[in-house]
Amino acid sequence: MSWFKKILPSGIKSNGSPRRTVPEGVWTKCVKCNAVLYRAELERNLEVCPKCSNHMRISARVRLQGFLDEDDRVEIGQHIKPVDKLKFRDSKKYKDRLNQAARSTGESDALVVMRGQVRALPVVACAFEFSFMGGSMGSVVGERFVLGVETAMEYRIPLVCFSASGGARMQEAIVSLMQMAKTSSALARLKQQGIPYISVLTDPTMGGVSASLATLGDINIAEPGALIGFAGPRVIEQTVRETLPEGFQRSEFLLEHGDIDMIVDRREMRERVSSLLAKLTHQPVPA
Amino acid sequence: MNFLDFEQPIAELDAKIEELRYVGNDSDININEEITRLQNRSQELIRSIFSSLTAWQISQVARHPQRPYTLDYIQRIFTDFDELHGDRNFADDPAIVCGLARLDGNPVMIIGHQKGRDTKERIYRNYGMPKPEGYRKALRIMKLAERFRIPIITMIDTPGAYPGIGAEERGQSEAIAKNLLVMSQLNVPVISIVIGEGGSGGALAIGVADRLLMLQYSTYSVISPEGCASILWKSADKAADAAEVMGITADRLRELGLVDRIIDEPLGGAHRDYDMIAMEVRDRLRESLAELTGKSVAELVEERHKRFRDFGFYTS
Repeated sequence: MSWFKKILPSGIKSNGSPRRTVPEGVWTKCVKCNAVLYRAELERNLEVCPKCSNHMRISARVRLQGFLDEDDRVEIGQHIKPVDKLKFRDSKKYKDRLNQAARSTGESDALVVMRGQVRALPVVACAFEFSFMGGSMGSVVGERFVLGVETAMEYRIPLVCFSASGGARMQEAIVSLMQMAKTSSALARLKQQGIPYISVLTDPTMGGVSASLATLGDINIAEPGALIGFAGPRVIEQTVRETLPEGFQRSEFLLEHGDIDMIVDRREMRERVSSLLAKLTHQPVPA
Repeated sequence: MNFLDFEQPIAELDAKIEELRYVGNDSDININEEITRLQNRSQELIRSIFSSLTAWQISQVARHPQRPYTLDYIQRIFTDFDELHGDRNFADDPAIVCGLARLDGNPVMIIGHQKGRDTKERIYRNYGMPKPEGYRKALRIMKLAERFRIPIITMIDTPGAYPGIGAEERGQSEAIAKNLLVMSQLNVPVISIVIGEGGSGGALAIGVADRLLMLQYSTYSVISPEGCASILWKSADKAADAAEVMGITADRLRELGLVDRIIDEPLGGAHRDYDMIAMEVRDRLRESLAELTGKSVAELVEERHKRFRDFGFYTS
């Protein structure tokens, strides 16, 4: 207790229940430009800083709600739930990590898949939930993604995936590595059927996710400033023992090196992706 | 012979035998009996140590500096090997060797990671860590095999794909992803053998196969034990714990239904007898090929797809 509180008369003391005039979370700060932002305005702006256009991380569900038309959304694969087959335990049990992630995100694993429409074009859309164990890919992410691919094949509608992931989930060890082959194998079939797949790489997309489903789009799009790569920058720095070039593994760097087709601002994503899909599927310009 | 930490008792005994041999040569005393006795003890010691190796110890055997590499197997198992180089776009990556050869007279395509034996060769082979051009060479060769209906045999032995600046610039992720996609649909039989280290995506990129074989003391994992320990325990010293819990050994992976055949190694590990392990590999390879050659293309591709499609553990 501070000296100031001690000398206050008892009637003025707060008795441990702080009275705030401003509720928590009304204001927030852009980590990049330090601008103080009104939370509600930031949400309306799809978590993109209105001052500097910094693309902040966005939850999977909010992402899909912002991307898909409001009507006729159907979630796919939500009945697929994680199990701890290997009884994995590091400093914590995998089971406890799963429970904790579920409590803090409200999701049961790191991928949300929905069938719906984007500007009236039917699609299957997937989004990674980065707050769920770093968006890592294990059995559930792999299975839900493949169910999404199979739904796209069943209805003959395009697939869009927003990735945000640290890579394969270590707690599922080899099983998560095999999800790379599983998702890629499903995408091979989608391609054979001539159904378009657009991959949108968002911050960050690394490791086993970038080395499988995220770089296999017919068109690969990145959000501005996203960290995208196979190995993490720290691992590379330790290996090559030299300073990494400016902007290394960022979207703009990838565009320059020919690794992606384009960079698209999140606020224009609906328009741009639907416009691309309409052309690929020989549809008129979306309304 | 290089001895691993846990082999020290064997090393000491072998040194003693050598010493006795030396003495035996310049004295009249007949110590052959003693030498034989010690040799038997040495064999027993190896047997007892290797009968209960931990996952961490196995990963050390898998990385043993004298462990046979892809080219050692090619030399012993196949005939008429012609190495094929280059990805046709950027470079030839010596961390992956590819080529046509014959097994029992029939043409096969071989693709394998290659590590170096001495410092100079290790650097030349980049410690068996491929760059995108390595994976793209492998892809080109797989398509070539497909065009001429030649079965593909891949040998996996890498710490992982190379984490370097140029590798990232040239699309390491895309190169690996593309291989996974194309391999899943190849029209010819694909057999992969983990001969040493199966390091993550860098291994899987030539490992989407109809049959997966593993040498008894090889490993296959999503990340190295050291890497896992430094991320999850924040300390690379916990590598032994990480190796245990990740289940990186042939036995554990077989329990998970991932491995079709485990190839027995000579007593004390493959590096103690190259010819013997090569013959084992050849025999298991023949069996695996025989299972696949009768299948139609449609069957083959469907079964391979299903093998990966259905792999995962969850409730629904």
